[in-house]
Amino acid sequence: MFTIAKKKSGAKARRSLAGNIAIFGFVALLGLFSAFPFIFAIITSLKPLDELLQFPPRLIVMRPTLNNFTDLFQLASNMWVPLSRYIFNTAFISVVGTVLHVLFAAMAAYPLAKHKFPGKNLIFSVIVMALMFVPQVTFIPQFVLMSQMNIVNTYGALILPWIGASLGLFLMKQFIEQLPDAILEAARIDGASEYKTFFSIIWPNSTPAIMTVVIFQFINLWNYAPKELIFGESLKVFRMALEQIVAGDPIARMGAGSAAAVILMIPPIIVFVLLQRKVVETMTFAGIK
Amino acid sequence: MKKSIAQTIGMHKESYLLMTPYMIFFLLFTILPVVLSIVLGFTYYNMIEPPRFVGWYNYIRLFLDDDIFIIAVKNTLFFAFVTGPVSYLLSFLVAWMINDLSKTLRSIATTVFYIPTIIGVSVFPMWRLIFSPDAYGYLNGMLMGLGLISEPVAWLLDKEYILLILIVVQLWMSLGISFLAFVAGLQTVDRSLYEAGVMDGIKNRFQELWYITLPSMIPQLIFGAVMQIVISFSVADVSIQLAGFPSTEYAGETMVTHIMDYGSIRYEMGYASAMAVVLFFMMVFTNRLVTKILQKVGI
Repeated sequence: MFTIAKKKSGAKARRSLAGNIAIFGFVALLGLFSAFPFIFAIITSLKPLDELLQFPPRLIVMRPTLNNFTDLFQLASNMWVPLSRYIFNTAFISVVGTVLHVLFAAMAAYPLAKHKFPGKNLIFSVIVMALMFVPQVTFIPQFVLMSQMNIVNTYGALILPWIGASLGLFLMKQFIEQLPDAILEAARIDGASEYKTFFSIIWPNSTPAIMTVVIFQFINLWNYAPKELIFGESLKVFRMALEQIVAGDPIARMGAGSAAAVILMIPPIIVFVLLQRKVVETMTFAGIK
Repeated sequence: MKKSIAQTIGMHKESYLLMTPYMIFFLLFTILPVVLSIVLGFTYYNMIEPPRFVGWYNYIRLFLDDDIFIIAVKNTLFFAFVTGPVSYLLSFLVAWMINDLSKTLRSIATTVFYIPTIIGVSVFPMWRLIFSPDAYGYLNGMLMGLGLISEPVAWLLDKEYILLILIVVQLWMSLGISFLAFVAGLQTVDRSLYEAGVMDGIKNRFQELWYITLPSMIPQLIFGAVMQIVISFSVADVSIQLAGFPSTEYAGETMVTHIMDYGSIRYEMGYASAMAVVLFFMMVFTNRLVTKILQKVGI
């Protein structure tokens, strides 16, 4: 009976048709603005040279071609270090930085969410506070620190600071907190140690949160290219290499530049689209009380 | 249920041990830099000689002797007070509007609005193309085609326009993580509250929003605000990539670009750290204020 009543009332206040149309129009317009540079990059990357240099510039492509992409790789093949090296660097820091961060953050999130111990509240409030320590703000002292540790211009400079990122731990803790205590009790009665409980109960049950942190961390690391930390050519990441190729001559390489932008933006978009549901599920618990 | 002291300690030992690997990196690369910033802020340090204590000199110099820092503060505050609230409201508004859509449509819309945040840095060259200073620039070409201007405008070099363009691009990228939190939060609002609301005489969606939806979402609203404050106070990338570094007459200078100028070009680490400390306290103060305001929503 209860469910029938729910369906009947529609559960929500009356919507007016005019209101729906106005809202839809507004969202559509904003969506267009939001997607525009993305579509613009794809269109530009498909333009042949004469269309790129056409006056006045046009927003559509008449005769699409993949020349810009082949040009880009042509230019890249003239470089001193092969492009595959830059791709390896990016993949390496993304994978190592993501795996270690997710594992360590989940391990730390479990006691913060489910145990009672002295110092717990203090630690958690420091972590919430640390959401405000964006890399840009701590960059200078971090650089000083890394140069003292002699890790500037190594993979360490690119990876290590990301392992202790605070957003991942925060999201994990919020997610684990809402897992029912009953499953933990069951494991404890069976005599599992806390470590065993973590790996056999908490970890498999936190998949949405783990996936979410993986996405955020992967996107961050994929987009990360701190020129101040890496100056050795063979340690540079993919994004730096592409920017370097394009920077040579922005006008003539307009097409190659758009091709580079397209190549750089596709992987994070794919990852986000595939795992979007998990993100939304996890963000449900992201509130700060 | 009573545990002996030994058992209690044993349990805590496991808690602490589980946290140790993360905490090493967190303390070393997040907390220590902040402490170091505060300490270095009172020194002169150029990375070659050891730091020399100079007291409040850096702070005095910042506010009394550095005209560009004042420009940077003004621009940062302008960014924070324009893009911050606008993109915060926009994030919520868009999340709220797409909340009524079907599941698939909502997923597509969520992706469309979140993509700029993901790809922002990759797409800066496209913005440069749109605003490029010659007649081949898309904006110039279009405006000249329409007869609105007769000569190309150097959008990103003219200090009249720099800040405006940076704000537009920053707004484009700024429906970020707070937007995702709102999309998720809206779906968890207890449906039965809406029914009760209809009974209590709520007539339209705006009343529903103010009396039911917003109060149920205060935790997400606060999380969103914290993230948005951080993003809008630390604007730098967009300025460096579009307006140049430094920008014309420092029209696009923000506190973070100023920090980078002194930190990674002039190697005045003490001075740059003092700036970072000022910026950090500005964020904390704004955060406190906004959190207080948000807790009064819907009452």
